[in-house]
Amino acid sequence: MSPLADAVQRVRCCSSAGCLASGAGPLRQALETAVARRELQERLVITGVGCLGPCSQGPLVAVDPEGILFGGVSAGDADGLIAALAHRSQAALASEREAPLSWTPAAGERLDTSGPFFSRQRRVVLEHCGLIDPERIEAAMECGAYGQLRRVVQTLTPTEVVETIRRSGLRGRGGAGYPTGLKWATVAKMPQGQKVVVCNADEGDPGAFTDRSVLEGDPHRVLEGMVIAAYAVGADHGFIYIRAEYELAIVNLRRAIEQASRQQLLGQQLFGSSFSFTVQLRVGAGAYVCGEETALIHSIEGGRGTPRPRPPYPAEAGVGGAPTLINNVETFANVVPILREGADWFAAIGTAGSKGTKVFSLTGNVRRGGLVEVPMGTSLATIVAEMGEGTPDGSGIKAVQTGGPSGGCVPAAHLDTPVDYESLQALGTIMGSGGMVVIDHATDMVALAAFFMAFCREESCGKCVPCRAGTVQLHALLQKHLAGEASAADLAQLEALCHMVKDTSLCGLGQSAPKPVLSTLRFFRGEYEARLRPGTAPSPLTTAGAAP
Amino acid sequence: MPTATFHNSDQLAAAAQPFEALQPILLRHHRSPDSLIEILNQAQQFYGYLSVELLRHVARSLALPDSQVFGTATFYHLFRFQPPARHSCVVCTGTACEVNGAAQLVAALEGALRISLGARRSDGFVSLGAVRCLGTCSAAPVLVIDGVVMKHQSAASALATVRELAP
Amino acid sequence: MSVCTLTIDGHAVAMAAGANVLQAAREAGIRIPTLCDLEGLSPVAACRLCLVEIAGSDKLQPACMTAVAEGLEVHTATPRLRDYRRTVVEMLFTEGNHVCAVCVANGHCELQDRAVEVGMDHSRLPYRHPQRSVDLSHHCFGLDHNRCILCTRCVRVCDEVEGAHVWDVGWRGEHCRIIAGLDQPWGAVDACTDCGKCVMVCPTGALFHKGDTAEEKHDDSSRLVDLVRARQARQGSP
Repeated sequence: MSPLADAVQRVRCCSSAGCLASGAGPLRQALETAVARRELQERLVITGVGCLGPCSQGPLVAVDPEGILFGGVSAGDADGLIAALAHRSQAALASEREAPLSWTPAAGERLDTSGPFFSRQRRVVLEHCGLIDPERIEAAMECGAYGQLRRVVQTLTPTEVVETIRRSGLRGRGGAGYPTGLKWATVAKMPQGQKVVVCNADEGDPGAFTDRSVLEGDPHRVLEGMVIAAYAVGADHGFIYIRAEYELAIVNLRRAIEQASRQQLLGQQLFGSSFSFTVQLRVGAGAYVCGEETALIHSIEGGRGTPRPRPPYPAEAGVGGAPTLINNVETFANVVPILREGADWFAAIGTAGSKGTKVFSLTGNVRRGGLVEVPMGTSLATIVAEMGEGTPDGSGIKAVQTGGPSGGCVPAAHLDTPVDYESLQALGTIMGSGGMVVIDHATDMVALAAFFMAFCREESCGKCVPCRAGTVQLHALLQKHLAGEASAADLAQLEALCHMVKDTSLCGLGQSAPKPVLSTLRFFRGEYEARLRPGTAPSPLTTAGAAP
Repeated sequence: MPTATFHNSDQLAAAAQPFEALQPILLRHHRSPDSLIEILNQAQQFYGYLSVELLRHVARSLALPDSQVFGTATFYHLFRFQPPARHSCVVCTGTACEVNGAAQLVAALEGALRISLGARRSDGFVSLGAVRCLGTCSAAPVLVIDGVVMKHQSAASALATVRELAP
Repeated sequence: MSVCTLTIDGHAVAMAAGANVLQAAREAGIRIPTLCDLEGLSPVAACRLCLVEIAGSDKLQPACMTAVAEGLEVHTATPRLRDYRRTVVEMLFTEGNHVCAVCVANGHCELQDRAVEVGMDHSRLPYRHPQRSVDLSHHCFGLDHNRCILCTRCVRVCDEVEGAHVWDVGWRGEHCRIIAGLDQPWGAVDACTDCGKCVMVCPTGALFHKGDTAEEKHDDSSRLVDLVRARQARQGSP
């Protein structure tokens, strides 16, 4: 008998911010209306879900049980789809045979889910994202949410939890890749007393929507990871600091916290133990620098988001002076699978120094953009050329930018580089929070460097001199290059000033602000030199040594 | 607050308890100074912008120095200190939008609206702002008009939408 | 109290644990330029002039906030540090409007002293010529934003010593500005006690006594530490 005969067919509608921007809201409404009009509620369920992946093809709709994925579906397609599904359902009942779905959206397409965009992925963090309804805690719990928390609290000691995370080799997914187990151990070893756990959801890198997608699609996953962390380090309260621009993620997270509290998965004496944990949502107000952990702490405390020198590290003195564990969204989202499948399982994914998977937001001049999760060590070429299918006009990839304003550009010649912390660092960029922007040959690298410098200039908190005044001077120098008015001496000054700002700034923002310039100077120096004022071009000696 | 003669008890009550809508929020946060940003966020939602009187009220309520409240509020981009325009026009200037032509959108809108980026027109008709990445990069370049996200914009489509705005 | 032995520019220095590298250097008679630092106020490490090299670390550290430690090997005046310090001073000169000849603090200005100290005979960076204002609303004092270097000494002294918190930093990045109250004219801020400590600690001519004209500002910011110590002695704290 066909599985369709008695199965309820489910239509999953992507309701993440990306698809909502392309009309997923009216589409979902139209689907629900069509189902109601045909009185098919018994056999057809419409569910809103988190990100389904290829955002560039949105709005996306998936049909279960097979998981057939349609892209570019509009509200006008809703009636046709529901009619086709109803027909299929009846056919299956009558003939007891598989009834293939031959429907396609008018202006969209049926996406080949066996293609590299999907087959190259390894979904650990995103395992339930796009499958479950993020608005219902029951949906998450059917997939096992909070099962690991219960097991941890009832059967493991905090030390065992820290040890599992340490052995897994998990490293921070927010930027520099600090070993998560070590961070947890440090906070756990601080003298008993008030301790705090903070989830950094201030994903500010332009071009990154990794954390946003995880929070929108599977908020309970992040909450559970956070509560487990609190148990491991001995914290009794925590904060999630999220940027105000992420409206839907805030709504989903707020609801998730309420639901979890109501089910006593957050709150006092969890699972009958002496362990209690409460969490507060703190919404930012537009300041990129608040992604820096000391600035984030100041902002949680209700002040200006200015960083301070470390030490003391937040692990010793953080929010309100209490030892504070700060991890980003994706890091917390990795905790549950590690505990469920074991540290060895996790450590077997990825490379020697970078374990597990990484979620990337693939955007820019790329044919198939969206959210992808790949094992660490996957080459950039696999992600951008194979999964992303290259540039839309087929003109070829010039470079790939990772790490946002704190990162750099990897030129096409280095696309065989595996994505892991060390390899990216060796190329002058960073993993960052997962933004991956593909750049085609039409993009001017000097203009791109100026764009990032303008961003840092605008986001500089103004506390230390090299960042406050240096980003202004660097931006002005880049503008001079763009205007074709710079001399070879200006180019030399640009480079020297980059090093000065990098070495002397107080926090990560200032220290990495020159990176996009240094990176483009390293790989695309010719573009700077070609813009020099005629008559001031550098000697052939300097040009000869420049990178292609 | 300007001094005025009150004609009825309603007005008197309103003046005696300014920013009353904020009271429950203040109480929920136990008037704790570390909730300042949360309270400013809420206050802006209620009143549209953070006036000097409103900031003073928040400072008094949380027992914080005026300068600290003002210093904190002005640190964050999303706080406004003058009434919002009737329409808001925000261009996403994140990386993906930038490489897909956000700069041309900004230039076209600046020309059509006769204001520069970050400004509010003096007649209060519209403000033109920028946001650094909404995270909807696959829709680049993105324009947000009165809260509605519009994807894959061109100068022409942006200008067409702006022309439709009610005066 | 335990004691650490460290070397600064090759000189061995013994210092009580808990002290910072800047204090150790001063003890040993080694001069490290500073601007935002002032004894008696909490350190902020914002001006970056006191950055030093520590053997075994790539990262430059602010001497004012780096604790002494046993065996620490500190270098305070390598060619790289000298160049960076000069650039910091150039950045301060170019981001504001500093015209020494007509300034009330001429000859008694810490910024001017630092420029001489780091050998800044001209600026290699272009001047930005920002539009800034002057606040003369207070009956005793004035604030000239053109000369402000945002060291935040005034903010800290008013908060930490006077307890009035009249000042704070408003806005951010290049738009940062010292503000009084709700960004009001100084004279309109009730919280001000007219104590003048902010004027005393200001390293430049940004805060000044009304009536003083060019070269007439003679405040000595080092007096603050005596005041703080005297107060601590009276309160019985260490």
